[in-house]
Amino acid sequence: MYYDPFVLPFTIGLTALLLFLIIKYIRWIRTFRKSERRKIRKGIFSLKTLRSIGEIFSECLLHRKIYRTNPFLGYMHTCFGLGWFLLIVAGKTESMVYHTSAVNPPYFAIFFRFFHPAKETFPYSNTFAFITDLLLLFILSGLFLALAKRLWSRIVGMRKTTKHRPLDLLILTTLWLIFPLRFLAESFTSGLRGGGSFLTNNAGEFFARFLPLEQLTYPAWWAYSGVLGLFFILLPFSRYMHIPTEIVYIFLKNWGIKQGTKFNAFSEIQMYACSRCGICIDSCQLNSSLGMDTQPVYFLKKIRHQKEYGHLIENCLLCGRCEASCPVGLTHNALRLAKRPDLSRITKNTYSYAKNAAAPAKMAYFAGCMGQLTPAVTRSMEQLFKQAGVSYTFIDKEGGVCCGRPMLLAGNREEAAVMAEKNRAILKASGAEVLVTSCPICLKMFREEYGLQIRIVHHTEYIDELIREGKLKTVPSEQRTVFHNPCELGRGSGIYQAPENILKSISRKIDTAFDGKKSLCCGGSLANTSIDGKQRNRIAGDAAKAYAAYKPDVLVTACPLCKKTFATASDIPVKDIAEVVAERCRP
Amino acid sequence: MNIVIIGGGPAGSEAAYRLAGEGYTVDLVEKENSIGGNLNNWYQLFPDRKPASEVVQGLQQHLNHPGITLHIDTEAIGITESAPGKFSVKLSNNTVLHSAAVLLATGYKLFDAGRKEEYGYGIYKRVITSAELENLFTNHSLATVYGDTPQRIGFIHCVGSRDEKICNYHCSKLCCITAIKQAIEVREMLPEAEIFCFYMDMRMFGPGYEELYREAQEQHNIKFIRGRLSEAAENINGQVVIKVEDTLVGKPLRMSLDLMVLMVGMEAAAGSGTLAGSVQIPLYPNGFIRPADPHTGTNLTARPGIFTAGSCTSPMNLTDTLTDARSAAWQIKKWLTGPDKQ
Repeated sequence: MYYDPFVLPFTIGLTALLLFLIIKYIRWIRTFRKSERRKIRKGIFSLKTLRSIGEIFSECLLHRKIYRTNPFLGYMHTCFGLGWFLLIVAGKTESMVYHTSAVNPPYFAIFFRFFHPAKETFPYSNTFAFITDLLLLFILSGLFLALAKRLWSRIVGMRKTTKHRPLDLLILTTLWLIFPLRFLAESFTSGLRGGGSFLTNNAGEFFARFLPLEQLTYPAWWAYSGVLGLFFILLPFSRYMHIPTEIVYIFLKNWGIKQGTKFNAFSEIQMYACSRCGICIDSCQLNSSLGMDTQPVYFLKKIRHQKEYGHLIENCLLCGRCEASCPVGLTHNALRLAKRPDLSRITKNTYSYAKNAAAPAKMAYFAGCMGQLTPAVTRSMEQLFKQAGVSYTFIDKEGGVCCGRPMLLAGNREEAAVMAEKNRAILKASGAEVLVTSCPICLKMFREEYGLQIRIVHHTEYIDELIREGKLKTVPSEQRTVFHNPCELGRGSGIYQAPENILKSISRKIDTAFDGKKSLCCGGSLANTSIDGKQRNRIAGDAAKAYAAYKPDVLVTACPLCKKTFATASDIPVKDIAEVVAERCRP
Repeated sequence: MNIVIIGGGPAGSEAAYRLAGEGYTVDLVEKENSIGGNLNNWYQLFPDRKPASEVVQGLQQHLNHPGITLHIDTEAIGITESAPGKFSVKLSNNTVLHSAAVLLATGYKLFDAGRKEEYGYGIYKRVITSAELENLFTNHSLATVYGDTPQRIGFIHCVGSRDEKICNYHCSKLCCITAIKQAIEVREMLPEAEIFCFYMDMRMFGPGYEELYREAQEQHNIKFIRGRLSEAAENINGQVVIKVEDTLVGKPLRMSLDLMVLMVGMEAAAGSGTLAGSVQIPLYPNGFIRPADPHTGTNLTARPGIFTAGSCTSPMNLTDTLTDARSAAWQIKKWLTGPDKQ
């Protein structure tokens, strides 16, 4: 039996950590609803579990998504995640090959070089020594980048990095010390008694020249074990809870657990799964345009550490840019919404004045409140309907009821439900089989909250279909266009291809760095009730400038609210895609 | 000693005339091809209905003074101060004017009504701005683009003013009295028409204004409805259908209009920002130039030797603009003859 008292800090730390995690996760999952627990039971023995393991490998170890932000940042995380994992696997394998037994205490593999320092050969011993040295070097290179990031975050492509609490900085230091101490302990041992490979062996010979290794080696192993134990003990209280929790989150997510309207145990799991990498900070326009610290990293951090976070609940555009960039794939919009209280005041009677009637037609057109405020858009749509020869009923032409999404985004779900009920009745009266909306905000609401059995499309999709079916004859032009994809259309509803098709067919569409999921928010979002008109205008101005840098003749959007927000902030003309198509249509 | 005045509207012209009368040589820079500025777009002035052209002609005559050099069709691009009290003003034709003092009289620009898309300007042909209505007065015809004579006319106050959504928090101050003046002029041309004003508050700050407001109600049957326009649509007859809340009665109101006049507000002229910026003179958040002190330092700026006159510092009517210009002329003279200058 191999044993030495210095393994105790490591062993105690690891045991305590594992016990804590098991208790914590079981207690969380026990509060899940029955239907969710059923999902977990069904999911465990299905392909979803395999898919989860794949995702854990690519996101928790490889950190694939971080490479999209910056290759250096990705490499740094790969070093720690994959590097440490492989080091453990290689160490364990080595110990098993040596010991010719599958069961040996965890510390034996970790401190293998202490228990087996000499050049005693066993199958592939040199290969193992080489691999573990290589992996250690790999991790140390990541550590070097991490240090550089703390000092100067821009080299890893981050304009801002997270501001951490003192405890988190302590444990960060603990983590950083683990690998240099392992390096020292193994090098000293090698310098004293041989063994190791190109890294530790050479370093050992080097240290032996001027250091009293006899006195230093044993304390170095104590320090290595101590730091490991300390890291494990501190982990539950620090942001490094994300390491085990992200794994749990990936499983639960793939088994079909979703963030509901309440901030519950699953929300807490998401909260602990946040690694506070800070990638959301740069993606957030409330930071880049207004310098506000309201990003998910700070929001979740404040909730977790019971700090005052009330002022952050409303201060979010729910534009989804952080969600799109989050390497852990947390549902930040739903988390923020779950914290917004339902303060509903209106009742069914509020809308008693509105008729439950609409002219019958196969297709219903809903302009929405913002559509009503942009007559150029609704007019273009009516022109296009006529030119394509489609019969339609404009269900809110003479005034209607709001789709309810602004209320839902404010947390007032009951009010939203009242409005949805009213609009459902109007839609039913029309007998329409297809609903076309001009506003992506309404679109998302109709699709996700109304439970309608009819087809619901945004006018970009509808126009795209009309053009492809040959019902609309467009004339191409040399006009340079840039497309601003509205938050609720692109990231919100996954509509990217239709506007691309349309603009490519009628104009010279210029690709930008803000295409697809990277689209900027106009700042007019209904979801943020915290910022004022001037602050919105600053966000809009910065976004308009970013698009204007590509020198388009016109900035094209597909949301009446975005259009109105940009109208005050943009130096170049802003038009809705419907207007641009209407201008390029042969009658 | 030479003075450069930027802007040939009423403020710049008046100040040029006063300073020339004091024996200074003046360069007056105007970007348009004639002087008079926004006044050229007006038919009659409130409250006495004096023809605006008379005032412009008066200003023009004054500029015949031999001490004044007029640079029309020329824009001032930037100001530099080479030594304290020595200014160079760069012009769009690449000439540089040297002066001992600079007067900014860059004025204002009218709000672009197209930015309030919900009011339908540029989309519905029966929607015009107050400036365009003045043009109709000049031509003595209120016929719409469809050729008919409007029977129901609505004036919409505060278009581009006191509106958080378009980030204009300020009151443009003149639109209320302008609407009253214009409503009376319309009444005189169309005795049978229905005329409405939709307002938030009636701000009758000048002499004779409140009296004119009363007269409009008592003698001209102009109806005032307190409520802001929410949106406008077009019906089959091409009329503008407006939705307003009558906030005194507390009820929503729908009405069709044959002609809708948008009382466009005043915004800082683009030139104010660039010129003030070129010599680090601060602006108010709404873009107007910030005086050295709002009470005791008007006409003065953060930079000694650079002065302001007229509506480049805030919305101002013609009376106040001319007064402000004379005050600026006196401030400039005081600066040029001050103890450190002699």
